[in-house]
Amino acid sequence: MAKHHVTTTINGDPVEFLCEPEQTLLDVLRDELGLTGSKEGCASGDCGACSVMVDDRLVCSCLVLGVEVDESTVETIEGMADGDKLHPLQQKFLEEAALQCGICTPGFLIAARALLVKNPDPTETEVRYWLAGNLCRCTGYDKIIRSVLDVASEMKRA
Amino acid sequence: MTTALIGQPISRVDGRRKVTGAATYVAEFQAPGLVHGAIVRSTVANGRIASIDSSAAQQAPGVIAVLTHQNAPKLAYRAHKGAPDPGIGERLHVLQADRVSHQGQPVALVIAEGLEQAVHAAMLVRVTYAPEAAITDIARAEPVPLTPPSETRRGDPDGALAAAEVKLGQTYVIPRENHNPIEMHATIASWDGDSLTLWDKTQWVHNVADEIAAVFGIPARNVRVISPFVGGAFGSALRTWPHVTLAALGARVAGRPVKIMLSRREMYYGTGFRPHTVQRVALGASRDGRLGAILHNGDQETSTYEEFTEALLNATGFLHSCPNVNTRHRLAPMNVHTPTYMRGPGEASGIFAIESAMDELAVALNIDPVELRLRNEPEQDEFRQLPFSSRSTRECYQAAAERFGWSRRNSEPRSMRDGRQLIGWGMATATYGAGRAPASAMARLLPDGTAEVASAASDMGPGTWTSMTQVAAETLGLPIERVRFTLGDTRLPRAPVHGGSITMASVGSAVQAACRKAREDALARGGGTNDVTEAMRRIGQPVEASVDSTPGDESQRFSMHAFGAVFVEVAVDPDLGETRVRRIVGAYGAGRIVNPKLARSQCVGGMIGGIGMALMEHSVVDGRNGRVSNANFAEYAVPVHADAPPVMDVIFVEEHDPHVNPLGVKGVGEIAMVGVAPAITNAIFHATGKRIRELPVTPDKLL
Ligand code: FES
Ligand code: FES
Repeated sequence: MAKHHVTTTINGDPVEFLCEPEQTLLDVLRDELGLTGSKEGCASGDCGACSVMVDDRLVCSCLVLGVEVDESTVETIEGMADGDKLHPLQQKFLEEAALQCGICTPGFLIAARALLVKNPDPTETEVRYWLAGNLCRCTGYDKIIRSVLDVASEMKRA
Repeated sequence: MTTALIGQPISRVDGRRKVTGAATYVAEFQAPGLVHGAIVRSTVANGRIASIDSSAAQQAPGVIAVLTHQNAPKLAYRAHKGAPDPGIGERLHVLQADRVSHQGQPVALVIAEGLEQAVHAAMLVRVTYAPEAAITDIARAEPVPLTPPSETRRGDPDGALAAAEVKLGQTYVIPRENHNPIEMHATIASWDGDSLTLWDKTQWVHNVADEIAAVFGIPARNVRVISPFVGGAFGSALRTWPHVTLAALGARVAGRPVKIMLSRREMYYGTGFRPHTVQRVALGASRDGRLGAILHNGDQETSTYEEFTEALLNATGFLHSCPNVNTRHRLAPMNVHTPTYMRGPGEASGIFAIESAMDELAVALNIDPVELRLRNEPEQDEFRQLPFSSRSTRECYQAAAERFGWSRRNSEPRSMRDGRQLIGWGMATATYGAGRAPASAMARLLPDGTAEVASAASDMGPGTWTSMTQVAAETLGLPIERVRFTLGDTRLPRAPVHGGSITMASVGSAVQAACRKAREDALARGGGTNDVTEAMRRIGQPVEASVDSTPGDESQRFSMHAFGAVFVEVAVDPDLGETRVRRIVGAYGAGRIVNPKLARSQCVGGMIGGIGMALMEHSVVDGRNGRVSNANFAEYAVPVHADAPPVMDVIFVEEHDPHVNPLGVKGVGEIAMVGVAPAITNAIFHATGKRIRELPVTPDKLL
């Protein structure tokens, strides 16, 4: 089958790629474009490790086909820091030990940022439920919740 | 000069790479010409392959090769057993014969240009079987003694039980559980002549090299294994599983690098699991709560080809004082693949039984559960007749009870409520061995005042990179940012398996010794200065030291374990049967804590693992065919954010252990998982008056 030509914007840069019609966005990012920061934990939409933004919507990139992002804007973990300057969520996760093995971390960060964009002042319950689609087997979650709440209140003060 | 770094709550040195997506896990390495492998797995639990038709697969787009037992090269499978391999039995040989011993056994391998092509072609391979009767249900299996039999006896347990004023006997069941690290297992294999490079998800690079060398009949030095970042494992990456062999085999046949990444579903067949156990505990005690007899029997599933055993009953011999003790461990060989160690192996299961029974005894005697344990606190390890190198159970009970507010507990079941919710408080003791294995490390000071330190250890998440950098920097006398630690490559000095909470004790001791030697050498040659940076500037060339560090005879002279106490508050919905854990407080006597921030994080992670074990985790095996019917993250429930208790407190009690190892550390990764499940089920009893002896405690069991 012929490969499809896809034109998109990834982390602010125009990107064109060729992909098979059955290739997921996650596989395109990881295998074709070398953007391996998005992780695969299940390929079935259950773990959130592959979370990315497509046109400002939080999605599991394992459930999106590469061809679907034609003419779209994609944001991944690789675009989260501003050059050398970490996003406040990245900085806070690091300081609070909100990560261990790190395989779930990019997905959490993308999902948490999406939450704070939508709802800059979430309650603890809202954080817990928003992130319930992101699994972590290492940290026990408490530090992740605290990090997100801390960043929310710091951003409010700023 | 530098200040003390060991004991400081330093943030992860690898954290920046992890939060930016720059950390490279094994599946992300690129090898020129890389192609993909997909495994075809058996759909019967026992029998022979009657026929394989791979013609359609062979003609599918992109397919390079289809390997089955009919055309796969014969492999050497030389004898080799690493520490995580069962001592008795022989590992699974892949694609070497028509015999199938379990559901999900690899029966064919497809190599194709693209991943989707390989997966598609794998579905086109037609396999028929001559199935034979299979045992996949422990209730139908015939337990047999271990080789050699594992039975211990001190005193007269049967007589003491018969004569006891108060006695109880119950059966406790833990189902099969899977580690389910978020990162799937993956291997990339690339041959260059007779040399093989493997990027493999593993907790022990050197053992992968040894095993694959033995399988292929080549020298171990020809196999290089690289595994820098490991996305969680909890024991799943201790052994070298069949897919590693398949990747190497596929790469050899294809003449190109091959990547195999297991799917989430395959993780339930292609790696091990915590075995299903059935334990029987009988306790006899005096009315004032002194244990007179403990009888603890455990049966555990294993495969037909290997005797996998874990230290299921070990802690029974020393956890509480008791003159008459009998333990008997048996195995139930079944048509399943071989189980393996999963976080807190042995103790997490065995202590669930013992600490549940202790709670039942406390209820029977109407004695506070903490008080009952204090009345049975041993002076020494009564099983091995050795002093403990250190044991802080009393301090742990006290510290955790105080933080928890245990003194306000009303011992009556169903006596505490919050609205309609039934509130329960429970506790349990925890312990895990403090081991140490030989390890090597290298330290190289450079003229610019920086240092490179290395050991082929692994970091599946606890923070090996960080803690080793702390030990190295403090010992060298350098600021932490001037020290670079590397791990996860067989080209580095050999380290032991990253499991059993031995990494800090083993690799840490080696790193400390190598750094001490490098620093001494530098200062000796540095012209009288006491500043290592200045000395290195004067020397003008690298100063390197390599050390092999081995334990002494301390484990023969002392019984060495970490101990802890876990206190839990649950809320049970009386109408829905749903249990929520509201608070957990864990206190641990685990020797010196190298990095309290990361150690606390690890303990909280273990507590969540314990919540999963207690309330949700269960690999449901279909007793008719051995299939795991919930082999995915939608149906195998693991704790999510909403399950994490609002209060998770970790206390490290002050403990100085001069015997255990040079750093005085015991490790916390395993013990954090131990004791949580019984503390929760004990709390559920307190809340509801219902004693659930079979995990997980799903709502149906409380209705
Ligand atoms: S990999 Fe996409 S949700 Fe798990
Ligand atoms: S840090 Fe390992 S899965 Fe979250």
